[in-house]
Amino acid sequence: MEDLQYLPNNESVLDGNAAAGLLQEAFGTEMTANKVQCASCGKVSRVGALLVYGSCMGSVLRCPGCQGMMLRIASRHDALWLDMQGVTYLRQERVAP
Amino acid sequence: VAINRLRSALFRPEQSSSPPVRPEPLRWQIASVKAVKQETPRVKTFTLSLPDWREFLPGQHFDIRLTAPDGYQAQRSYSIASNPERKDEIDLSVALLEDGEVSSYMHNVLIPGDYIEVRGPIGGYFVWKAVMGGPLLLVAGGSGVVPLMSMVRHREAAGSTVPARLLYSSRNLEDVIYLNELNALSSAGNGLGVIYTLTHDQPPGWKGYSRLVDDSMLREVAAPLGPNPRVYVCGPTPMVEAVANNLVKIGIPQAQIRTERFGPTGGRP
Repeated sequence: MEDLQYLPNNESVLDGNAAAGLLQEAFGTEMTANKVQCASCGKVSRVGALLVYGSCMGSVLRCPGCQGMMLRIASRHDALWLDMQGVTYLRQERVAP
Repeated sequence: VAINRLRSALFRPEQSSSPPVRPEPLRWQIASVKAVKQETPRVKTFTLSLPDWREFLPGQHFDIRLTAPDGYQAQRSYSIASNPERKDEIDLSVALLEDGEVSSYMHNVLIPGDYIEVRGPIGGYFVWKAVMGGPLLLVAGGSGVVPLMSMVRHREAAGSTVPARLLYSSRNLEDVIYLNELNALSSAGNGLGVIYTLTHDQPPGWKGYSRLVDDSMLREVAAPLGPNPRVYVCGPTPMVEAVANNLVKIGIPQAQIRTERFGPTGGRP
């Protein structure tokens, strides 16, 4: 319950859905239905439920529980950068939802 | 014997209980604009013919990329409005944003016969298909109705009868997208209810809600669906946050609530 109430009142925050294209570029498959665990607080969330800050060219994905930074992703013309130091594990489902 | 058994299992993938993940690399493709329809003063629907059309899930989106002669690129995501039963083409309903680089190009420049670079379908979280069942509670703010419209159209086309209610918040009646189609679908008697709230201006004799979505409104709208509906909320960030909080407040399990926020940077839908 506190998770949703904890959200910052920030109009620029989006859901993990907004980073779906970048993540699919990085992993080669749909990622937003997968579960990830936050390295800061241990909360497990769907990637699509993370809080996304940034634009379609680069995003920071934060934990909806503690706001901790979980994932950073940036797309440039020459390379795609992915920083996952805020994620302890990612569970990739074998069956599509 | 064990090795033979293993080998026979390997050669019979259809017996495997967990099929392998199918890689779906995203590729840009050139879509052609088949039709443009003015839905409301600020929203147009673009019908795009896709050379590489793929089965999508209602709720998914497409990325659109514009490239200037000097190489500058702008990219935005737009939700699919059509249902997957319609093959070879998709509808994207796009709201014209002030200083919207991509939406203003689409609204002011793009005409039938033009080509545009797209990739998709994208996303697997904010999706619903008929086999997932219901009951279904859909809450839309403004053009947040677009991905929910794909779900509603799919529900109808798939012959699904799961109870479904769409609560659609709009500033006024002129800004309600798909008004005629929604009214026809809700009066068809197939278990879909559409409830409007007009937050700024109401026509004379308006009998619907006329305030922002709050907890008592959600309680009234959700009541016929029972305690455990699947909920999809799409709209501007502040609206989605208020609705998500109020849904939890009226006792809907958080795990049942899926949200899609759109903001100035995301430009969706």
